[in-house]
Amino acid sequence: MTALAQRPTDAQPPGTLPDGIDAHRLSERRVVPLRHPLRWVITGLVLVLLLNFAQTLFTNPSWEWEKVGVWFFSPPILKGLQLTIIATAISTVVSFFGGIVVALARLSGNPVLTTLSSFYIWLFRSVPLLLVLVFLFNLGNLYPEIGVGIPFGPQFTVNTVATLTPLALGVIGLSLSEIAYSAEVVRSGLLAVDQGQHEAADALGIPKHRQFTRIVLPQALRSIVPAYVNQIIGLIKASSLLYYVSLLDLFGIAQNLGSTYPTDVIPLLVVATIWYLILTSVIAIVQYYIERFYARGSVRVLPPTPLQRLRKALGWNRAKVSAA
Amino acid sequence: MSQAIAVHNATKSYGDKTVLRGVDFSVEAGTVTVILGPSGSGKSTLLRAINHLEKLDEGFVSLNGELIGVRVKGTRLKELRPKDILRQRAKIGFVFQNFNLFPHLTILENVTEAPISHGVKAAEARENARALLARVGLSEKEADYPRQLSGGQQQRVAIARALALDPDVILFDEPTSALDPELVGEVLAVIRTLAGSGKTLIVVTHEIGFAREVADRVVFMDEGAIIEEGTPDQVLTRPAHPRTQDFLSKVLA
Ligand SMILES: Nc1ncnc2c1ncn2[C@@H]1O[C@H](COP(=O)(O)OP(=O)(O)OP(=O)(O)O)[C@@H](O)[C@H]1O
Ligand SMILES: [Mg+2]
Repeated sequence: MTALAQRPTDAQPPGTLPDGIDAHRLSERRVVPLRHPLRWVITGLVLVLLLNFAQTLFTNPSWEWEKVGVWFFSPPILKGLQLTIIATAISTVVSFFGGIVVALARLSGNPVLTTLSSFYIWLFRSVPLLLVLVFLFNLGNLYPEIGVGIPFGPQFTVNTVATLTPLALGVIGLSLSEIAYSAEVVRSGLLAVDQGQHEAADALGIPKHRQFTRIVLPQALRSIVPAYVNQIIGLIKASSLLYYVSLLDLFGIAQNLGSTYPTDVIPLLVVATIWYLILTSVIAIVQYYIERFYARGSVRVLPPTPLQRLRKALGWNRAKVSAA
Repeated sequence: MSQAIAVHNATKSYGDKTVLRGVDFSVEAGTVTVILGPSGSGKSTLLRAINHLEKLDEGFVSLNGELIGVRVKGTRLKELRPKDILRQRAKIGFVFQNFNLFPHLTILENVTEAPISHGVKAAEARENARALLARVGLSEKEADYPRQLSGGQQQRVAIARALALDPDVILFDEPTSALDPELVGEVLAVIRTLAGSGKTLIVVTHEIGFAREVADRVVFMDEGAIIEEGTPDQVLTRPAHPRTQDFLSKVLA
């Protein structure tokens, strides 16, 4: 008690008004914001390191930028890029719809469907993609012919190796494994839709398939899209595994050209890196607009698009254009 | 007058908890019935059983003589296929405590969604929806999304949505309980205009003043059974049962 009384200023909380201050004048002066000196020091350090690295890009001759320019649009690289895009695009679409089917099966409440879909997800999430791909490329050895038919009854079969091209096998492999992940993404999105939405749709007697496509899925997509785009980006990179089953995707081509022209290994890797960066950036832009579309109704006012922001910064709004 | 809704021996348990204990009750066409009762007494369960959002263990509900959600097979009741139940629900509107509007659809689309899914042409559904939105005083909001509206406005949209299928009966489960006090009046005003329009209304609410003014009949429930029913004057002013008296003294306090 006495110790506290002896040091009144120290014992007081920081918000206390000191005695004898003119509260009115105090209240009229601008509040000084809190400074963050450590942040500035760290920012400075990072900038120095970044500039150091940027400098090496120009001073270190091993980067060989002129060769990067030559390889960037060369026909083999573009062909590899095409394969990467095709394999990823088909697998993206197939695994999105496949994911919906598997997720619905898992949520169906039918014990056979639930067990089957859970088993599928478990299997393909457990086995490495590379193993799935190599397995598929040896399918011709395991099942020289594939087909469907009534057990012990008539069969419809085709020759495995002749029917399934390497690209088809590659896409099947990528999709099989991707479906397992996208099914979980879709399922979590569907579960996130409020139960009241199902009840309202039921109470209005909206048919089940329309409830799904009009009411439930559009709301689920709001949380599915960001997670699924993550999956697609993973898929683009996973498609480089196709190289191991002798399909020449972007990475495979860069690798192959690198062994043919050993002096160009670094520029070729740079070329592949830049193309992967471009692919991911394009997807991120598309994602932005898709997310904006599915956000309608969930926020009171949609944020402006980057284009709208740019226009505003330049001072071209519609009112001005129409007034002119 | 004819019976619109008849509930026979509605019985329902969750596990060993009995929620409805053989409720019998009927509602005449074109009248307003208010259901009162303490929390957990089974009011929502009864209301939801009427449009088969909740399945009964025993008993059945009929609308204008047609069984809802079940059919007679031999000497027993058998549940209908979901498709047929969904078709029957078009004749019974339901208004939820939490509105449950579709947040990703505009106000107009919220109202047209059910008619379009039942085969009404889009242009006709829109025209009808605009008339309904005008009736609940929200014409200028048709292009907005639900979250841009106040709670009272959202509930009025929900009422327009329920009216869009031109149902015979509309069920309201505490339509004003999620609203700020100053918004309760606008929603009750809309419900009041529906009373006497030929629609049969069943309203679960704690708004005693509204019940006294608008209801033709008041039903008091406790512990899964109806303990008292009659005109508003009988049940609200001169309740016979001690539990009704107790409830009213608490609500009116
Ligand atoms: N899905 C469920 N599982 C288990 N018990 C339930 C379920 N739904 C309702 N109940 C129980 O049934 C009883 C009646 O519920 P109900 O919602 O019909 O009451 P209520 O009269 O509408 O109450 P309130 O005024 O609070 O809305 C409650 O005790 C509740 O806990
Ligand atoms: Mg209730």
